[in-house]
Amino acid sequence: MPKHETPMVDQLESGPWPSFVSEIKRQSEARHQKAKEMEEAGKPYQIPVDVCDDLLGVLEMSFKDGTTHWKHGGIVGVFGYGGGVIGRYCDQPEMFPGVAHFHTMRVNQPAGKYYTTEYLRQICDLWDFRGSGLTNMHGSTGDIVLLGTRTEQLEEIFGTLTHEMDQDLGGSGSNLRTPACCLGESRCEFACYDTQELCYQLTMEYQDELHRPAFPYKFKFKFDGCPNGCVASIARSDMSFIGTWRDEIRIDQEAVAAYIGGELKPNAGAHASRDWGPFDIQKEVIDLCPSQCMRLEDGKLIIDNKECVRCMHCINTMPRALRIGNDRGLSILVGAKAPILDGAQMGSLLVPFIKAEPPYDEIKEIIENIWDWWMEEGKNRERLGELIKRQGFQKLLEVTGIKPVPQHVQEPRHNPYIFWKEEEVPGGWQRDIKEFRKLHQR
Amino acid sequence: MTFVPSGYYNPDKPMEGRITDIGPRYYADFLPPVIKKNKGKWLYHEILEPGVLMHKAESGDEVYTVRCGSPRLLSVETIREICDIADKHCDGYVRFTTRNNIEFMVDSKDKLEALKEDLTSRKHPGGSYKFPIGGTGAGLTNIVHTQGWIHCHTPATDASATVKVVMDELFEEFQKMELPAKLRISMACCLNMCGAVHCSDIAILGYHRKPPIIDHEWLDNLCEIPLAVAACPTGAIRPTKTKITTESGEEKEVKTVAIKQERCMFCGNCYTMCPSLPLADKEGDGLVIMAGGKISNRISQPKFSKVVVAFIPNEPPRWPTLAKVMRKLVETYAKHARKYERFGDWAERIGWERFFELCELEFTHHLIDDFRDPAYYTWRQTTQFKF
Repeated sequence: MPKHETPMVDQLESGPWPSFVSEIKRQSEARHQKAKEMEEAGKPYQIPVDVCDDLLGVLEMSFKDGTTHWKHGGIVGVFGYGGGVIGRYCDQPEMFPGVAHFHTMRVNQPAGKYYTTEYLRQICDLWDFRGSGLTNMHGSTGDIVLLGTRTEQLEEIFGTLTHEMDQDLGGSGSNLRTPACCLGESRCEFACYDTQELCYQLTMEYQDELHRPAFPYKFKFKFDGCPNGCVASIARSDMSFIGTWRDEIRIDQEAVAAYIGGELKPNAGAHASRDWGPFDIQKEVIDLCPSQCMRLEDGKLIIDNKECVRCMHCINTMPRALRIGNDRGLSILVGAKAPILDGAQMGSLLVPFIKAEPPYDEIKEIIENIWDWWMEEGKNRERLGELIKRQGFQKLLEVTGIKPVPQHVQEPRHNPYIFWKEEEVPGGWQRDIKEFRKLHQR
Repeated sequence: MTFVPSGYYNPDKPMEGRITDIGPRYYADFLPPVIKKNKGKWLYHEILEPGVLMHKAESGDEVYTVRCGSPRLLSVETIREICDIADKHCDGYVRFTTRNNIEFMVDSKDKLEALKEDLTSRKHPGGSYKFPIGGTGAGLTNIVHTQGWIHCHTPATDASATVKVVMDELFEEFQKMELPAKLRISMACCLNMCGAVHCSDIAILGYHRKPPIIDHEWLDNLCEIPLAVAACPTGAIRPTKTKITTESGEEKEVKTVAIKQERCMFCGNCYTMCPSLPLADKEGDGLVIMAGGKISNRISQPKFSKVVVAFIPNEPPRWPTLAKVMRKLVETYAKHARKYERFGDWAERIGWERFFELCELEFTHHLIDDFRDPAYYTWRQTTQFKF
C-alpha cells in the first residue's frame, strides 16, 4: 500500500516518454526494500525512509490545489560557502514529514558531462545514504543536482564529496554560477577551441567567486565551441564564449562533387526520415548563405571567405566537404539574461576575436575588468546586461579598454544625441559669456 | 534514524581538516579512451539513424553514440542501471547532454546493435520507456525544463508533468527526423526562467495572473520592506501602514506595503524578495506559449521567442489543452515550413498574420507588446502586410 493515494500523479506513469513519477516510485520502493540491509551494513538511511512517498504526496496535493507547497529557502549551506545549497522546506511538514526539509545540493559537473561509472556509483551510494536518492542529471546551469536532504546532512555530504571524491559544490545565489560548456573538441569537428579546458581553467581560477557571493547578482559563463551554440550561451550567460575562426573554410572539392552527385548524404543524415528529394547545392546551400558569399564554378565551390559571416550552414550541410578554418579562437558576447527584471537580453558582441590558449590571461583580464565595473556600479540584483543598458555600451568599452569597431553594432545609432566628452571638442567647454556677448546682443 | 557522522566534520572545529575550493573533477579523467585519443582531431560525423551518431577521426577511429531521452529527474536506482549498461557495453563510460539526454558510446559498429536492443528493451512498470532512442537531427530533442511543483517555491505550474505530457504527445518526433529543421522546445515554470527558455522554437512558460496577496501581519517580520519596494519593475509597490486584527485577535497598526494592482505584471519578483507576498493561485496560474526563438547562428541570427498563446490553464495531471496546442503548432510547422527553416524563420517568412491563421490561434490584445521601449519596434511601421 502506498503511503499516500496519488491518483492524479499516477496518470503520469503511462505514455512512452520516461516517467519521472516512475522514477520517484522506483526510488521509494528501493528505499523500503533496502532499509534493513542498509541498517545492517552500518549505513542506516540518514533521512526518512519515506521521503519519496511524501514527495509524491506533496505533488498530488499541488495537482489538486494548483499551487506549490515549497517555501522560500532560508539560509542553509556549508561552512564558509555562500552557495551550492538551495534550502527548501515543505509548507505542510506535518502531513509530509519526510520532505519537511528537502534541500538541494549542486555538485559541480565535469566539463562536457562525461562520467566513469565508478564515479557515478560513488555519487549514488552517497546520495542513497544521506539524501532522497533523487537527482537531476542535470540542472539548468549544468550541475549535478542532488534533490532533497536535511540540514544536518549538508556538512557530512560536503565532507564526503571533498575528502573521498575530490569533488566540490557548484554555485548559487549572487555568485559565479557553475560554468558550463558544450562537449567541444572531445567529440565534435566543429569546435573552434577547447571548450572543456577553458571551462575547467576558469572554474578553477574563480573558485572564490563561485563559492562566496560578492556580486550584485548571479553571473554566468558558458562556452560554445562554434556558432551553432549547443549550450545556448548567447541567450543565457552574462559572458558567452563562442568559438569562431578568421581565415578560410577548408574545402575538399572531391567531397563537394560527391554531395552534388548524391554519393554523400547531405546534412550528415539529419533530415533522413523524410523524402526531401535529391540534394540541390544551389538551392540548399548557396542560396541560403546569409552573406551570399558562395558560388559554383565548373562544378567547384568557391567561397569568398572575406564576406563569410560563419553561420555554419554550409558546414553543417556538407560536413565532409567543408571544415572550419585553421586560425581559430572565440568571440565574447556579454549581457545575456532571461526576462527578470528588465526584459530578456541576448548577448552583445564585445570581443570579435580572441585566441583561446592557456593560460588564457587576456580572457581573464577582460573578465576581471568587467567584474570590477559591475561590482562597483551594479545595483542590487542588477545583471550585467542591465548595467550595460543603464550606463551604455560605450562605458563597457571604456572599462575593458576595447576599441569601438563596426562589428559592435547591427547598425549605427538612430539619433544624434551623442554624449560628446569635453576633451573631444576643440577648446573645451569653458567659455566666457562676456566674449559671447561681444558678438551677440542680449 | 541514527545519525552517522562522516568523520570529516567537527562542528566545534569546522575548519579542521576542511577541504574547500577544489572545483569539479578534471573532465579528461572521465573521457572514454577513443574520445581521449582523438580529441580535437575529429573529421566529420553522420547520423546513421535517429538517435545514433558516428564520429570519424583523422586517425580512422570511429565512435558510435546512442542518444536516449531521460526525464532529467533520475533516481540513483536508474543511474545505477545506466552504469550497468555502460559497464556492459561501453567500458564504463557514459555522458549526458545539455538537454538532459543520455549518451552511450561504443568504439565499433558491431557493438551497436546489442546496445540499442538492450536500451529499448528496458521499460518502467508503468509502461514508459526508460531509455528511448532519438533526439538527433531535424527532429525534436528532449525538453529542457525546471523544477516546478517538485521542488520550487515560485512556480506557476509543474515542470516535469507538462514536459512528460508534451513528450508523450510528440514522441514520434523524438524518434524521427522528419521536421524541416531541428525543433527545440523548452519549459520554465515561472518568469525567473532558470531554464532560460526565451530563445526556443517553442517555449512553455508558467505564469501568474493575480497580484500578490499581502500578509500584513507578518510582512515586516519576514521581509525588508525597502527591498520589496525596490523589487517591483513597474513601481507598483509602496511602503504603508495599516491597521489589522492579528490571528490572536489583537488590534494593531503594522508597517507593510500597498500594491497598485493595475500596475502589476505578475513577474513574481516581489515574492522572490518577500515571502509575505505570495502570487500562486489555482485559477490565476497557468501557461504562456512563446514561439519562434533560436540560439544558433545558422542562416538567420539568434532571436527571441514571441508570445503566441497568452494563457493556457493548468489542467493536471495531463494538461490536455497544452498537448493539443503543441501538436497543432508542430504539425502546422512540419506541413508548411521549407527545408532548413527553423520555426521562427518560417513564421517570419509567411508573416505572423498568416501564422495565426494557419495555426488557428486567436490574436488578442495580450499579444501586443507594451513593455517599455522595445515594444515600439514590434508594432508594424509599414503598409506591407497580408490580408
